[in-house]
Amino acid sequence: MFRNQYDTDVTTWSPTGRLFQVEYAMEAVKQGSAAIGLRSRSHVVLACVNKAQSELSSHQRKIFKVDDHIGVAIAGLTADGRVLSRYMRSESINHSFTYESPLPVGRLVVHLADKAQVCTQRSWKRPYGVGLLVGGLDESGAHLYYNCPSGNYFEYQAFAIGSRSQAAKTYLERRFESFGDSSREDLIKDAILAVRETLQGETLKSSLCTVAILGVDEPFHFLDQEAIQKVIDTFEKVPEEEEGEDEAGEGEAEAAAAAPAEQGGAGAGDQDVAPMEM
Amino acid sequence: MTFTIPIENGDAVKIAEAESQRTLYPYVTGTSIVAIKYKDGVLMASDMGGSYGSTLRYKNIERMKAIGKHSLLGASGEISDFQEILRYLDELTLNDNMWDDGNSLGPKEIHNYLTRVMYNRRNKFNPLWNTLVLGGVKNGKSYLGMVSMIGVSFEDDHVATGFGNHLARPILRDEWHADLSFEDGVKLLEKCMRVLLYRDRSAINKLQIAKITEEGVTVSQPYSLKTFWEYSSFHNPTASAEGSW
Repeated sequence: MFRNQYDTDVTTWSPTGRLFQVEYAMEAVKQGSAAIGLRSRSHVVLACVNKAQSELSSHQRKIFKVDDHIGVAIAGLTADGRVLSRYMRSESINHSFTYESPLPVGRLVVHLADKAQVCTQRSWKRPYGVGLLVGGLDESGAHLYYNCPSGNYFEYQAFAIGSRSQAAKTYLERRFESFGDSSREDLIKDAILAVRETLQGETLKSSLCTVAILGVDEPFHFLDQEAIQKVIDTFEKVPEEEEGEDEAGEGEAEAAAAAPAEQGGAGAGDQDVAPMEM
Repeated sequence: MTFTIPIENGDAVKIAEAESQRTLYPYVTGTSIVAIKYKDGVLMASDMGGSYGSTLRYKNIERMKAIGKHSLLGASGEISDFQEILRYLDELTLNDNMWDDGNSLGPKEIHNYLTRVMYNRRNKFNPLWNTLVLGGVKNGKSYLGMVSMIGVSFEDDHVATGFGNHLARPILRDEWHADLSFEDGVKLLEKCMRVLLYRDRSAINKLQIAKITEEGVTVSQPYSLKTFWEYSSFHNPTASAEGSW
C-alpha cells in the first residue's frame, strides 16, 4: 500500500525496509525470455530461448562468451546485459594480461555484484535491469552463479531466470541431485529439456534455443544447430504430431501442463513485453 | 663571426626536479643468485652480502624471501628496490588471501605480475634496479623464471643473475639434469657458489640455500664454503708476469 509513495528513487527506503526501485529492477528480469544454467563438477551448460521482436527480425543474443573459461546468459534488459558482459570481458582479460592465468569465476562474480550494488546506493543512478547466469571455472572446478540487480549473488547447481522459468525450475529441482556427476551429454540434454519446459507446449526446434557449454579442458563455445537438433530428436519422437506423441512419450509433459496454470498471467503478459526487454 | 648558443631543453629546471626522482644508479647492491629445478621443486642460493660500491658493507642481508604459499623470490641488484618489491608483493598476497575462496596466486602468476611491474617502470625511465628470480611449486608443477630490470622475462630449468650468468650457468648447462636429488642439487649449487666466491669481487663467504617444494619454503641458516688458497701459483703470483703485482 505504500509502494507508490516510496518508489520514486532508489535511495528511498520504504517504511517496511524495502527499496522498491531495486525490486522493480528484479521484475524486469522476470519479464525477459528464459535463460537456464546447470553444472556438473566439470562442466557448465547455459541455454536460452531465442525470442525475436517479430518474424522479420533476428533474435537477440542472450549468451556471451566472457573468456575461454567463463560464459554468461542474461535475462531482462539486454542492453544492460551487453554493457555488463563487456565489463566482465574487460576484467577477465586484464587479469589474464597481468597474471597470465584465468580469472577465477568466483572473483569475477563478486566484482560484478559490487558494481550492481553501487547502482542501488546512488541517487543519480538506476539499478541494472538484467539478471546474469554466470558459468565458469576456477581452481576447484565448475561453478554457476546468479547475479541479481540488487547486487546479491548466489551459487547454484542449476537455475532458470526470465519468463516461465518456474516451469524449468520445477524440472531442474527434480533432477539437480544427479547433475554433479552427470556426463557432458546428459547435462546438455537436461538443459534442452529445461528449455522445453518454458516453451509451454510449443514444439521444441533447434532454431528456438541457443546452447553453450564450457568445462575443464573444454573452452566456452556454442553448440551448433545440428548438434542441438540431434539431442532434441532423442526425446521428441515425432516432431509433427504435437499433442498425442508428446504426452505419451515423456512424463515431463504433465509438469508442462501443470505449469501454465501458475504462469497464466505471465503468458498473457507476453504481448505486453516492452521492446527493450527480451 | 657570430654564433648563437642554442637553448636546448628550455624547461630544464622543471624537468630536472622531476627527473631527480628516478633511479640513476644503484647504491647498495646484492650480487648473483643461482637457482635450479630439482626433483621436489626448486633450490636457490645466494650470499648475504650488500655491497656499497666496491665496499663489502653489509654482511647479513637476506636476498631470498618466501612469497605466499607457493613461491620464493630471490633478487640481485639494488637492495632497497628489492624491499619495495617485497612490499608490492605483500599487498598482492594479502588481497589474495582476503578472498579466502580456495584460489591462490601461484608462481606463474607472481612471475607475470613482476614482469608487468618491471616493464612498466622501465617504460617510465625509473626502473627497479633488480634482476629477480622467481621459483615455486603449485599442484605438483615446479616453476622457475627470471625478470630483469628492463622487463625481459623467461622461464628455464636453471637460472642465474649477474656474474652467475657468466660463471655458474656454464657449469649448470653441463651438469644439470632433471630429477636431481636434494643432496645433488645442493652440491651443484655449492659448486657454482664456490666459483663465484673465488672470482666475483662482490661475493662474500656467507651463503644461504633456500628450498621450495609443495610443502612450502625453507631457507637454510647462513654458512660458509670451504676454500683453498694454497695453490702453488698463488705463492709467487707474478713469477710469469714480470712487472705486475
